[in-house]
Amino acid sequence: MSFDFTTSITSSSFANPIFTASGCASSGQELSQFFSLQELGAIVTKSIMIKPRSGRATPRMAETPSGMLNSIGLQGPGIDIFLEKDLPWLHEYGAQVIVSIAGESIEDYAVLARKFRSVPGIYGLEVNISCPNVENRGQVFACNPVTAAAAIGAVKANIGGELPIIAKLSPDVTDIVEIARSVVDAGADGLALINTLLGMVIDTSTMRPKLSQKTGGLSGPAIRPVAVRAIYQVHASLPDIPIVGMGGVTNGRDAFELVLAGASAVSVGTATFGNPTAAITIRNQLEEICESHGFDALKDAIGFAHRPEGQEVGDV
Amino acid sequence: MINQKAKQVIAEVVSNKKVGSYSHIVLAVNEISGFVRPGNFVSIAVGGANSSLVLRRAFAIYRSSIRGDGQGLLEIIVAQSGAGSRWLTEREIGDQVDLIAPLGTSFGIPTEPVNALLVGGGYGSAPLFALADLLKMRGCRNHMIIGAGTATKIFAPLEGKRSVHSLTITTDDGTAGRIGRVTDVIPEIIQANDIEIIYSCGPMAMLEAISKISQELEIMHQCSVEESMACGIGVCMTCVIPVRQAKIANDESDRVVMTRTCIEGPVINAADVVWTDSTEISEGVWGK
Repeated sequence: MSFDFTTSITSSSFANPIFTASGCASSGQELSQFFSLQELGAIVTKSIMIKPRSGRATPRMAETPSGMLNSIGLQGPGIDIFLEKDLPWLHEYGAQVIVSIAGESIEDYAVLARKFRSVPGIYGLEVNISCPNVENRGQVFACNPVTAAAAIGAVKANIGGELPIIAKLSPDVTDIVEIARSVVDAGADGLALINTLLGMVIDTSTMRPKLSQKTGGLSGPAIRPVAVRAIYQVHASLPDIPIVGMGGVTNGRDAFELVLAGASAVSVGTATFGNPTAAITIRNQLEEICESHGFDALKDAIGFAHRPEGQEVGDV
Repeated sequence: MINQKAKQVIAEVVSNKKVGSYSHIVLAVNEISGFVRPGNFVSIAVGGANSSLVLRRAFAIYRSSIRGDGQGLLEIIVAQSGAGSRWLTEREIGDQVDLIAPLGTSFGIPTEPVNALLVGGGYGSAPLFALADLLKMRGCRNHMIIGAGTATKIFAPLEGKRSVHSLTITTDDGTAGRIGRVTDVIPEIIQANDIEIIYSCGPMAMLEAISKISQELEIMHQCSVEESMACGIGVCMTCVIPVRQAKIANDESDRVVMTRTCIEGPVINAADVVWTDSTEISEGVWGK
């Protein structure tokens, strides 16, 4: 019997659990030069906002040990151009698409959800309520259970139908489980864990912060243990809520670690910057690793690290 | 749109030699060397498989060629500026590196023979020699200026001069050529040689200063810009600069768009660049 690599997020199913991470694949066109987008479970687009947005001034990037800081600030074309150009391209290509949206207000999320109400061919809506690179970090919705629930509630009330709503959360909170519960209560069908962590690098020659806006989101292998912890904690409390895990996944072993913690799918972000075909390699390695451990299906490995004491396995 | 010829290749180091402050590295690649145009760049993974350096390093391509035996070659000039470039300068003959090339835009070549001025800052001169060869083949008369802080930072190989009618060196400290900046000598060279187009590559402040002169004198100017870059393939949105883009509809004015210099650059018309070192973005600037 061949290994069953499929996964699902409520009503949407995917041929395999490896996705791109929002903001790390643009809207797919560029990566299609290096591999067929149909080879991945899903393409998660950059977070789309209502209006075209310049993002922040440069420098926007600083490499850090096993990671990087970015402060893009959600640069993008806005929803109208996205629906007119980017999404049709992805559909024509035959990619399975999860659209990521981001708003500056609760009303923005309602407006964006209404725009996607009648758009066919989308397999999920990632609701980014945790971008650290907004002007007023106090407005990161995902840092407060009430505002997090309000943003997700606004999407739920306006989206209609069965399109899975995936809330993207920040690890920069005291209790991520509390935030996860609040967004699930507000109507989230799944969770994307984790967004970047807020960080800063000071250039010791200029003796000033390296990024123009001083702070940026930390990503890459440096944050993987934080992702594993967040996924593990949330899966332990909400075992029936599918999690799209992400955070520094660079190879199949890393993806397997997130699956064991409780991720139903794994997004590849920063690794793509270093290697455009990283997601494909990770997909192939994850499948091999699951099989080598004797799993018949990916779903049997999801959250396997949570199994009761006494069910130990040998080295493979 | 990403350079349609870009491919990921495992390349072998064929040669690695010191040239002044820099390393001149020659890499054996496949057919991609035939698709390289002057101005294109290459991104190279650094540090080896278990490195903590997660991002590629971008280098302007110095030369590309196909050897007699059919082997494609790419040449780059590397300045040691951090752990990644140091790793690269330590590669030995036979070592392998993972690279993606050709990336980005290339210098536009005039359809008529013209008088061209090529201006490089430090090792920013590297892509200008292949450009000079191509311009000379098209009948252009090339004048080159290379400037740097000090003599060892001037990259001006002997064989590079074959396509250049005149070469002027400037250094801040006077250790080579004329003391001063490239912009000190540009106006007189333009005037003496009837310059019709300027090509430049180097630090942003230098490009901006040249751009002021080219706009004042209404001379076409293409520059190769530099902004810190994570992916080099258009997906990370870090290497953007504000660029004026032509209006799409008649009722619109030209708009300024934060433009990815890895796919819509590095070579950009200087007159379209909105030169700024501000940490704020002006009202009305678009994203993409």
